[in-house]
Amino acid sequence: MKRLLHLSFIMLGLTALSASPAFAEEPGVAEKVIHLAYSIDTFYFLISGALVMWMAAGFAMLEAGLVRSKNTVEILTKNVALYAIACIMYMFVGYNIMYGGGPNSFIPGFSFLLGPDNAVDDVLKSGGEIYYSGMADFFFQVVFVATAMSIVSGAVAERMKLWTFLLFAIVLTGFIYPVEGYWKWGGGFLDSLGFSDFAGSGVVHLCGASAALAGVLLLGPRKGKYEGGKVKAIPGANLPLATLGTFILWLGWFGFNGGSELIISTIEESNAVSMVFVNTNMAAAGGLVAALLLSQVWFGKADLTMALNGALAGLVAITAEPLTPTPLVATIVGVIGGLLVVPSIVFMDKARIDDPVGAISVHGVVGIWGLIAVAFTNPDGSLAAQLTGIGVIFAWVFGTSFVVWSILKAVMGIRVSEEEELEGVDIGECGLEAYPEFTMKK
Amino acid sequence: MKIMEDKMKKVEAIIKPFKLDALKEAFSGLGLHGMTVSEVKGFGRQKGHKEVYRGAEYVVDFIPKVKVEIVANDEQIEQIIETIIEAVKTGKIGDGKIFVLPVETVCRIRTGERDKDAI
Repeated sequence: MKRLLHLSFIMLGLTALSASPAFAEEPGVAEKVIHLAYSIDTFYFLISGALVMWMAAGFAMLEAGLVRSKNTVEILTKNVALYAIACIMYMFVGYNIMYGGGPNSFIPGFSFLLGPDNAVDDVLKSGGEIYYSGMADFFFQVVFVATAMSIVSGAVAERMKLWTFLLFAIVLTGFIYPVEGYWKWGGGFLDSLGFSDFAGSGVVHLCGASAALAGVLLLGPRKGKYEGGKVKAIPGANLPLATLGTFILWLGWFGFNGGSELIISTIEESNAVSMVFVNTNMAAAGGLVAALLLSQVWFGKADLTMALNGALAGLVAITAEPLTPTPLVATIVGVIGGLLVVPSIVFMDKARIDDPVGAISVHGVVGIWGLIAVAFTNPDGSLAAQLTGIGVIFAWVFGTSFVVWSILKAVMGIRVSEEEELEGVDIGECGLEAYPEFTMKK
Repeated sequence: MKIMEDKMKKVEAIIKPFKLDALKEAFSGLGLHGMTVSEVKGFGRQKGHKEVYRGAEYVVDFIPKVKVEIVANDEQIEQIIETIIEAVKTGKIGDGKIFVLPVETVCRIRTGERDKDAI
């Protein structure tokens, strides 16, 4: 979410208009142009936000597909509830912490609830400097925080207590995420440092993965994942759902990255948004093909789940800079993401970091790659600033998350009982089964 | 005692799932009055096999098969066995087995008919 200090294209437009005698006779036209540009940019923002909202469905389907059927209802409950919690917390405090300014570039301000939207007169007087609705901005931002939290649910799936998870969601979406968001997109010290993160490889994806890693380390692996010192695969129950989820995420990502250009109402900006769409799509394609080929060569079989992770890896990788690369370079950024995610998943398994959906690899490891890639694909990128940003975001989110998870673990426990885990958390936590009419169980 | 006057037997065949259609076709000429089919899992000499999911191995202990059950008169049994072998044999390990069991009695629930009349 590049905070473009809006080059006042409308002002330029006004100069041009007043120079033209035909328009000079009609002073209302200049105002109409401001109205139109404002509504086009607001419309584009709202639609982008709605696409990103749909990513919540993508995560829900992906995760429901990659867990066992006995844990389906619970993972869906977590996904819908975390989305709702993220929306409420971000309205209460999160948005203001992130974008409300602060006493200095490290400490954000603190206030409650949203202010009023832009007054018509103010927009007109600004000559187009204020170019979209404040409520549209909130809406676009709120779906991003939900995305960060969705990343966590997949990694801790099949064994974490429902209510512990949801309490953590309150803290992450209301405080942990908005603070690091302030440091970058709210104009804090990471921004001044030259750290570049277009749509959130770091602010959103690395954030979610860091919180997930802290949770997984305190939680431990699923029962049966490691037997006799060997890694045992626990296949997901429904790969059509996982595939649908990946396609939904892929679609939503056009809003995620495309919307982060923040403006579309000029020819240059329309071209830029189009470039972002194309590059986002190319990176996903590159990531998918790379991961599919690698799994065929390495494991001897074309592993669909790795291909899906590869597409997501490509998307995460390009998110830090989807504008400046050419489509070919964007494809290569995605390919490298896809080539990284497969060994990363295998390594995490071996390191006993049990992540059923590969979220830490897709969003964390590849998020870091995406941020580093900016130094090579964006002429204004600086490797030092990127590395600093990676270190700061990881340290802050991992550190605070570890403390919060630890407190939750001490107070209410984070893991379901062994019996409940074997029986499935659907019955234990939600009292429902996803497929109650099936009588055969594996 | 009426039971076993007319000798009947049950043929149970465990076959490869993809051969079910071929078997049904082959049976159509035999004038059989019914068959029961179920999806089953198990292992024989074929044992389980290893698969790789996300780079980690797992063992599939029980392989999916189809179980076909047919009850028929004694004199038809050899023909049924031959038909099954002809229809489903691939020559590879895992082709399955045929079991033949005596049947004490048969009863049609709707009419109460017994044995040969009930088949």
